[in-house]
Amino acid sequence: MDLPPITNGFELVYQKPQTLTETPMHYCPGCGHGVVHRVLMEVIDEMGLQDRTIGVAPVGCSVFAYEYMNIDVQEAAHGRASAVATGIKRVLPDRVVFSYQGDGDLAAIGTAETIHTVNRGENILMLFINNGVYGMTGGQMAPTTLLGMKTTTSPYGRETSLAGYPLKITELLAQLPGSYYVTRQAAHTAAAVRKLKKAVQLSLQYQLLNKGTCFIEVVSNCPSGWKMTPTESNKWLEANMFPIYPLGDLKTPAQPMN
Amino acid sequence: MIRGKVTIAEEICKGCELCITACPQESLGLSDKINLKGYRYAVLIQDNCTGCINCALVCPDAAITVYRQKKPVKGVGPQVQIAA
Ligand SMILES: Cc1ncc(C[n+]2csc(CCOP(=O)(O)OP(=O)(O)O)c2C)c(N)n1
Ligand code: SF4
Ligand code: SF4
Ligand code: SF4
Repeated sequence: MDLPPITNGFELVYQKPQTLTETPMHYCPGCGHGVVHRVLMEVIDEMGLQDRTIGVAPVGCSVFAYEYMNIDVQEAAHGRASAVATGIKRVLPDRVVFSYQGDGDLAAIGTAETIHTVNRGENILMLFINNGVYGMTGGQMAPTTLLGMKTTTSPYGRETSLAGYPLKITELLAQLPGSYYVTRQAAHTAAAVRKLKKAVQLSLQYQLLNKGTCFIEVVSNCPSGWKMTPTESNKWLEANMFPIYPLGDLKTPAQPMN
Repeated sequence: MIRGKVTIAEEICKGCELCITACPQESLGLSDKINLKGYRYAVLIQDNCTGCINCALVCPDAAITVYRQKKPVKGVGPQVQIAA
């Protein structure tokens, strides 16, 4: 990257992590995927894990995650990222392994893989980007779509009689004895990004100690699917997603079940 | 006041404005020009940046690099670097 010469008396305080590639990301303007990618690569950089980390990318908007992460990444079939990550971690237990999935991938087509990976307590980090819709395919309703939320397949708003309730899969996974650390974070403000980074650091430290499955949900936006500007989408996220998907730790080693 | 500086990779920026919203100093705005992708990109519009890095933390495209003025050493005239 071309950095301008550091002007006299100024020091560098923030730059993009080296493990994030120079490839421009294809995400829509303001999409949370880019922030989560950067935070993840920043932690891998700081922990010196670049040459021993293997990621598993999903089907969804982040299908090309491997273009942006300068680590080994395996692409999985739709919903199967955690199953693929299981295989990789079992064959190469000295590697740091994470899966990265959207809500359509992790909580719809991949629900079975998700639950059983956590139930087996696989020693991996699962990252779950919950934006309440299928972003890649045009903003269809997902299991996580809020009641009353308009999507291309719920044009009058999600209705329980037809589509049930928003699936709080993170709460569900926290109940399983295999999960070690379960937390719900966001990536839309500087404060949220700092907290998310701590959660990623903690999860990778636990993985190095063979503690079991660490699961991080990131409540995120989809400006295109929600048909909002990025700033509007972040306001909407706070007002509507957070009441249903409240941020914070759901399970920690100190408080195994709360 | 601590002084900061940001540089924005203007061809990477998608003009999402999240950095503008995140900046407590209102130092950032959108350019009048557009980049090759067709976006107006983020630029410094005021020289009051404190180098807090908030803008860089929320940028989805990792387009922002932040610099901060080194803390002046009290009681010393021009700052000197002393080898450890
Ligand atoms: C087997 C199969 N079924 C359906 C699809 C279509 N499809 C592609 S991505 C996707 C959902 C993506 O949504 P999500 O996981 O929430 O990720 P996002 O794009 O929102 O990041 C679907 C249903 C597919 N590619 N393969
Ligand atoms: S469709 Fe939504 S999730 Fe996909 S890149 Fe665009 S904003 Fe992000
Ligand atoms: S570093 Fe802080 S003060 Fe400077 S432009 Fe970014 S958000 Fe604003
Ligand atoms: S947050 Fe990043 S991509 Fe968005 S306007 Fe600012 S510099 Fe550009």
